[in-house]
Amino acid sequence: MELTWSAEEEAFRAEARGWLEQSLAEWRAAHGGSPASGDTREGFAQHLEWERRLFADGWAVVSWPEEHGGRGASLWEWLLFEEEYYRAGAPPRVTQNGIFLLAPSIFEFGTPAQQAGILRRMAAAEDLWCQGWSEPNAGSDLASVSSRARRVDGGWVLDGQKTWTTRGAFCTHLFGLFRTDPASARHKGLTYLLVPLDTPGVTVRGFGRLDGDEGFAEVFFDEAFLADDAVDGGVVLGQPEGGWAVAMATAGSERGLTLRSPGRFLATAERLVALANDRGDVTLRRRATAAWMHADAYQQQTLATVTKLAAGAKPGAEASLTKLWWSELDIELHQIALDLLGPDAEAEGPWSKGWQFALSGPIYAGTNEIQRNIAAERVLGLPR
Amino acid sequence: MRFALSDDQIAFRDAVRELLAKEATPAVVRAAWDAPAGQLDRGVWDSLDAMGVPSLLVTEADGGMGLDETFLVPILEEAGRVALPHPIVETAMVAAPLLGAGAGMVTTDLGGPLVPCAADADRLLIRSGGRLVVVDPAGVDLTPVETVDRARRAARVDHTDGEPVTDDPAAVELALDRGALGTAAVLIGLGQAMLDRTVGYVTERHQFGQPVGSFQAVKHHLADAALALEFARPATWRAAWSVAHDEPTRARDVSMAKAMASDAAEMVGRKALQCHGAIGYTVEADLHMFLKRTWALARSWGDTAHHTDRVANALEGTPR
Repeated sequence: MELTWSAEEEAFRAEARGWLEQSLAEWRAAHGGSPASGDTREGFAQHLEWERRLFADGWAVVSWPEEHGGRGASLWEWLLFEEEYYRAGAPPRVTQNGIFLLAPSIFEFGTPAQQAGILRRMAAAEDLWCQGWSEPNAGSDLASVSSRARRVDGGWVLDGQKTWTTRGAFCTHLFGLFRTDPASARHKGLTYLLVPLDTPGVTVRGFGRLDGDEGFAEVFFDEAFLADDAVDGGVVLGQPEGGWAVAMATAGSERGLTLRSPGRFLATAERLVALANDRGDVTLRRRATAAWMHADAYQQQTLATVTKLAAGAKPGAEASLTKLWWSELDIELHQIALDLLGPDAEAEGPWSKGWQFALSGPIYAGTNEIQRNIAAERVLGLPR
Repeated sequence: MRFALSDDQIAFRDAVRELLAKEATPAVVRAAWDAPAGQLDRGVWDSLDAMGVPSLLVTEADGGMGLDETFLVPILEEAGRVALPHPIVETAMVAAPLLGAGAGMVTTDLGGPLVPCAADADRLLIRSGGRLVVVDPAGVDLTPVETVDRARRAARVDHTDGEPVTDDPAAVELALDRGALGTAAVLIGLGQAMLDRTVGYVTERHQFGQPVGSFQAVKHHLADAALALEFARPATWRAAWSVAHDEPTRARDVSMAKAMASDAAEMVGRKALQCHGAIGYTVEADLHMFLKRTWALARSWGDTAHHTDRVANALEGTPR
């Protein structure tokens, strides 16, 4: 056990902190001091500008190799960057579904041509990726997807509908699961396709989420022809009919630490403790402190996880426990904040906004009921 | 940064686990429920002593193993897994660094007014005003207390004289932190034992023609139990590091470990009892011994409210 950071890691942290402080101040000042939410039409453009600042100075995807726009940072440094990012109050990443969900699968399953064609543009926020998995009749039961892709000369013809696509109305590309073997059932016969949203025959309709932002979209495919070269390097990720394996790797990233690192919750927990010290009674102060401990425990558990990953282990079913923890933690943190704010809590503000967003956590990335099933069966070994 | 036990730490822990599986069976814990005061069987204790566990924290020059809390915490988790009745936290974690090797089996009132194994120990380490003193229990009036977990073998100690050990407030504070840390580790072990037993039970037990563990309602209880332990355990490891290295965050880290371990073990206990059904609500099944130890330890060495307030004060004092 060695629970200290090296001098190099501390230097990396200091550099990140300095850059974030200055760049955030500049970006905020350029947008009247308080940019809009990244999940609104107006805010999205402002957040793209933020993403391009990150990319220009090499902070967009710190852990990626330099050739793809990163700085080759270790997983440890990535964690430090995330911690500093949220401590500085920097905004949620509008590129996240690309850089945190699709990219790990591109690194694992993509050809060199796909990696070269896709990753750098993704990091630079030139291509913006959204997720096309859920359908009106395939939510928790993802293996029942029925959107189809029919093989034709030089490409695929897509039909069907995807939904709950976060930021779909603002993105340029979609990664999705399509049934390519019409005779197949369940998780067989699915192909993971990369689809430009300006493909003729693709229609995107944005709609409001519970928190009021136009953050959701449904995507319709009506005899849409997807050429094999519509994306540099090819539109099939992994093997044709092998989409389920790629999707499960993506799901691991979604549930595990890459999408929701501890830094985000630690920063919220510290703001909560400050709020509780400011206006809480003994009971509320205790609840805020307990929530802080739960955020810090996520950090400690992550350090243990990263130690295993750094030694070459693959993320396993434990990611389901991680997803349960951070999603319920986010609710706990915001619930206490609302209780601290009392009658002021109904006013629109960062806490009420965060509360509404937190409520989505136990639903997206596989509902918490599904995660509990996975944890019980694959971590504890209970019978199916 | 490396948040994992070393090979040496794992090897030592596994050796202790193997020993305890053989020598600290549920029958041994049951025997501790019934043995008269002063007659706790020492078989497993002597084996632990032969391995050096009670004096693990004592320097080699003073006859100990010269190891630190990051070795001892995983071992105390093993003691929790078998609900070991002997005062291993009190001896190895609290007393040995103060008294050195060779003090025998030591218990203390630092964890609370009901002193475990008071009549069985070789020495009592007791608080006398701001000082700590040590005394032979034979010369002390003990008032036995029937506790829910009879294997605690508790008594009240009304005594203030003895050989002085320390009057340094920092040393007393460190002893209290060590006791809370060791107890947190035992609670994690108790929680793990209750979860493991319950997973085994719901896999064997059939209703409606299938194992009850195949029902989602049962799965979700046990997933919650696994979740609580998964996130409470690293807090005990980090606290062990903080104590071993006298980090400025020591008090905060120890209190966080104790609060989270107490809450996790109690929650796991509820889930375990519920998933066992009626058989769990008997003294014939072993579960109750783990459950009752959990209730006792969750409130000794400071309860969750006490430790949460300590974390709160630390956070207020040291903005990150």
